[in-house]
Amino acid sequence: MTTPAARLRAPEWLGSDLARRWGLPLAVIALIVSYPLWAIEDPFRALFVDKLGMDMDTVFQMAVYVMLALGLNIVVGYAGLLDLGYVAFFALGAYTLGWFGSGLFSERNLHFLDVGNKELPGLHLSFWVVVPLAGLFCAIAGIIIGWPTLRLRGDYLAIVTLGFGEIIPDVFRNGDDIAGHNLTNGVRGVTQLDRPGFGTTLNDATGGLLPDRYSSLPSELKPWFYTILFMCLVTIFVNLRLRDSKMGRAWIAVREDEIAASAMGVPLMRTKLWAYAIGGVFGGLAGSIYGSFINGIFPTSFSFQISIIVLVMVVVGGMGNIWGVIVGASLIAWLNFAGLGKIGDWINGAIPGSGNDIDITKYKFGLFGILLILMMLFRPEGLIPSARRKAEFREGEGEASLYDVAR
Amino acid sequence: MAENGNILEAVNVRKEFGGLIAVNDVDFVIPRGKIVSLIGPNGAGKTTFFNILTGVYKPTAGGVYFDGRPIAGLPPHEVTTLGMARTFQNIRLFHNMTALENVLVARHSRIKGGVLRSIFRTPGLKKEEQEAHERAHDLLEFSGLRRKDDDYAKNLAYGDQRRLEVARALATEPKLLLLDEPTAGMNPEETANFTTFVARLREEQNMTVLLIEHDMKVVMGISDRVTVLDYGEKIAEGEPKQVQHDPRVIEAYLGTAATG
Repeated sequence: MTTPAARLRAPEWLGSDLARRWGLPLAVIALIVSYPLWAIEDPFRALFVDKLGMDMDTVFQMAVYVMLALGLNIVVGYAGLLDLGYVAFFALGAYTLGWFGSGLFSERNLHFLDVGNKELPGLHLSFWVVVPLAGLFCAIAGIIIGWPTLRLRGDYLAIVTLGFGEIIPDVFRNGDDIAGHNLTNGVRGVTQLDRPGFGTTLNDATGGLLPDRYSSLPSELKPWFYTILFMCLVTIFVNLRLRDSKMGRAWIAVREDEIAASAMGVPLMRTKLWAYAIGGVFGGLAGSIYGSFINGIFPTSFSFQISIIVLVMVVVGGMGNIWGVIVGASLIAWLNFAGLGKIGDWINGAIPGSGNDIDITKYKFGLFGILLILMMLFRPEGLIPSARRKAEFREGEGEASLYDVAR
Repeated sequence: MAENGNILEAVNVRKEFGGLIAVNDVDFVIPRGKIVSLIGPNGAGKTTFFNILTGVYKPTAGGVYFDGRPIAGLPPHEVTTLGMARTFQNIRLFHNMTALENVLVARHSRIKGGVLRSIFRTPGLKKEEQEAHERAHDLLEFSGLRRKDDDYAKNLAYGDQRRLEVARALATEPKLLLLDEPTAGMNPEETANFTTFVARLREEQNMTVLLIEHDMKVVMGISDRVTVLDYGEKIAEGEPKQVQHDPRVIEAYLGTAATG
């Protein structure tokens, strides 16, 4: 006899370990991958693009910030090094594209597998070469910056990284006359940047699947979306692998207790430098594609605010938890680029009478501040915390047997 | 220093903090396969001496030789990699890591695969990780922490935390194990268990042990040799019985009146 409960039971595979572990992530990934197919067309367009402001442009920027937040998560979330100057890596990544993928050095003329006009002066390496190069430069910069600074602890480290975050954009700002050389074009910035592309041969061979050269037309942003998505997936993959490696364990051990970690054979300096360098790599990768997408690199784009916003993303999402950081980064980036404006529109629409013009984007930082304070009060471990961090923040709650030293 | 029967030799070790002489020209040896205890009243310089041996402090003067190699001034992680592991007087576990993870951290210097190999998870690295996990699990069991693998270190009972510290130290594959007041805060039963455990380490793993200890029952029970420090100076050294009746030791512990 079948009871109603038995008939309602979920199919076998749904309860299996595999489905439980991968069911939700796979569903989310499928939704995201198919985003250009469903969200940009009606009927979902009305909700996602018109109401929520999640057009391709915004989604791209959100993904860039997901990468940045995941990179900073390694430094702050895993290794526990408070870095307030993360924007430096983002800027260096973008300027790497400026150096090797624009007409900045117009007296030179070097083309390597690039998909633009071969007649253009300047250094033009293939975008696919420039991106890893940006990562490499940032790793090196991370080591150079980290070497002297990582000897400091806590607040001192935060202050010095803050300084570097301020200095590096200034170096780019004043880099138009370094011993007579124009390295950054100063405040005028670098424009006309090379775009990614696969060239005509690959384009023809794949029947147009791999675009010859990415377009910046708003209606043709799909390749950009898939490129940044791929980069995000690589970032997530590396984050996951490192978390479960000897380096990941060493980072957490260093965060927990430096003296004990070094006594257990963990080289402190090298471990911290790795965190800094790998965190820098992702900042650089994100910076290079961002520069190309925006098609303009200006020193003013890399302000201290970015360091703070990325840090807020990590904290709000849940330090040390990859999924939490992704959610935090997506949420804050959406609020920053589209959400607040749209929420303002809803409020204006909800108040009777026409011509309301409450512009809540003006109060952006105030609102972020309030959000951060609320988070710290009610959920200090972040939206989706790692089990470890949760244990840390909830220390002492409901623990009677903390001192069970029986004498 | 030539290779001989001593795993560790400290020659004329001196440590000054400003005007304070914490360790005053101490000579000290640890013979291979023995349990050596370092005792002395509070503030005698025992832990400072310990910290010099393990690389936390650099001695102001003098040399430390481990297995014939000079190690004074090497950073702690290098000393550990050479084969010296320690526990701490005030337990310094990684509190928000599980027992197993604590032990795995200590495998750091023994796992060869670096960052790149971890990212690509090469077959060699996978095997290494698997071995590390098995070994860590076995060590927990050996140390009396069965089925505690996934417990957070801070949730373990006090005695178990002490055991975990030892398990973690053993995971570095030491030739010499340094225990800094391991039975502090333990009840008599825990202390007795722990003493048996240390004795087992020597019997089963042929481990050399240096012990800082206040509990004289423990010291006299398992030590092959005892060294007494007072005000940073070595005042006595020898077999437990011998040291126990040394008038200078009694004086240091009880004051001059006691010797009458």
